[in-house]
Amino acid sequence: MKDKGDPVIVAKGLNLTFETGDGPVHALRDVNLTIAKGDFVSFIGPSGCGKTTFLRVAAGLEAPTGGTVTVNGMTPDEARRKRAYGYVFQAAGLYPWRTIAGNVKLPLEIMGYDRAEQDARVKKVLELVDLQGFEKKFPWQLSGGMQQRASIARALAFDAEILLMDEPFGALDEIVRDHLNEQLLALWARTGKTIGFVTHSIPEAVYLSTKIVVMSPRPGRITDVIDSPLPKDRPLDIRDTPDFLAVAHRVREGLRAGHAYD
Amino acid sequence: MRNLVPVLAVLGAILALWYAAVAPMNIRGALDQAERSGAVVVPEGSAVRARTGTWALVFGNTEHLGLAYALDRPRLPTPGQVAHELWKTTGEMALNGRAMSKRSLLYHGWITLQSTFWGFLLGTTLGILGAVAIVYSRVVDMSLMPWAIISQTIPIVALAPMIIVLSSQMGIEGRGVPKAIISAYLCYFPVLVGMVKGLRSPSASQLDLLQTYSASGAQAFFKLRLPASVPYLFTSLKIGVAAALVGTIVGELPTGAISGLGARILIGDQFGTPLAIWAALVAAAVLAGALVTLLDLAQRVTLRRMGMQG
Repeated sequence: MKDKGDPVIVAKGLNLTFETGDGPVHALRDVNLTIAKGDFVSFIGPSGCGKTTFLRVAAGLEAPTGGTVTVNGMTPDEARRKRAYGYVFQAAGLYPWRTIAGNVKLPLEIMGYDRAEQDARVKKVLELVDLQGFEKKFPWQLSGGMQQRASIARALAFDAEILLMDEPFGALDEIVRDHLNEQLLALWARTGKTIGFVTHSIPEAVYLSTKIVVMSPRPGRITDVIDSPLPKDRPLDIRDTPDFLAVAHRVREGLRAGHAYD
Repeated sequence: MRNLVPVLAVLGAILALWYAAVAPMNIRGALDQAERSGAVVVPEGSAVRARTGTWALVFGNTEHLGLAYALDRPRLPTPGQVAHELWKTTGEMALNGRAMSKRSLLYHGWITLQSTFWGFLLGTTLGILGAVAIVYSRVVDMSLMPWAIISQTIPIVALAPMIIVLSSQMGIEGRGVPKAIISAYLCYFPVLVGMVKGLRSPSASQLDLLQTYSASGAQAFFKLRLPASVPYLFTSLKIGVAAALVGTIVGELPTGAISGLGARILIGDQFGTPLAIWAALVAAAVLAGALVTLLDLAQRVTLRRMGMQG
């Protein structure tokens, strides 16, 4: 078991080029990054900056064309087989023919947990995302925010140490989003997971993260890595403090520097 | 109840149009019959009337119009006549304990239904297996799909006799098997197309999600692709079962069959008994409606049990 602060995801000289009809697209160029255990790392940048691609490479969903990435010292594929991470997509992607409990059970069934263990875990993670009592409901009976919480529960169900979240709240309105951000921080504090979080929103990134990775497109690269000075305990109104605004300012500067807005 | 009004209105309009069409369609036959029985008709002589316009005959002989609605062998029978003929060859015979007599439409309907069932089963099985192969193999997609499409461009009436000849050449007795094959030929296609679409309906992120669980291909199929395809499957099955029935009837038409609804239609044509043709047509329509309704019911029940509102 790794201690807090040990490197979990390490990328060295990572390159990924997609060959398209319009010539090569450099989704990632020379990306170096270390994510430590217990970190909450946000990836922020405009579309096409490679933030999602980085997450997918770390998850073994995409193969790099150059450089290396290791997860707990293993290749992403090996780490995946060891159930090192849970992945949350922008679309909750719950199966409409399964109840909420059934959806959370999906990875457990695939991974071959026994019945009793499945039920116990479903109960535990639904409590974590505050969805107890909704086990027998079907996805269409839940709001968008609740569906996304269910999909987070699904990613947590098999006790992965790392949670990779690709714009999980991107499709939700701001009020629901604030609420979910608060809940996510509480969940992170309770579980001590390492979280990689892709977002478009500067306030969201600053509010949630211990480390903010600012990226820019064409080619996709890292322009700034900010270690947040904010305390771990963060009420929503921390967003009005000078520290918060200073970090947000630096993120905005980083985004502007890497992007000509042409 | 709110839905009943428009449904009845459409039904009423169809019946009204039908009744209105009966007079001009049957006026010549009615006048011939009236003239033979000694009544005065305008103009006299069927050769003269052959050169007279239909509407002139209708409006010149209004007192004989009633006869146009009561001919034994009308060009166009009234809905009432068709209903009576249908009752006579189904319900009435059943009440007399002759439901399975060779003159009963219940008997012929049963023959047709059996072939339809086997054809539907065969066609659906082939369609689903074909769809799975197409979704999982690019080679099959490229090689099988064009043939599937081409197969539907050949008129089944042209193909049916060949299937009958081939199957008898292969020593298959009776009409059951070739009819089922013809029926399956029409029925597999909508099932194939619908299932391909259904099996491909899961989004890329849903498939990615399964990959993050290191799910096997079989798990992805049974836990995601197959359940996701169920709504598509039922839609296809409804089209497929109607096509299977049409296929069976076509299989009974040009092939010298003596039982089945298709054979009744052909025999009615050859013996000049339009009422028999119409009764068989309506029986076929009722059968198709019943089969589609049955599948619709199965769809609602299944989707409700799966939690997806039908």
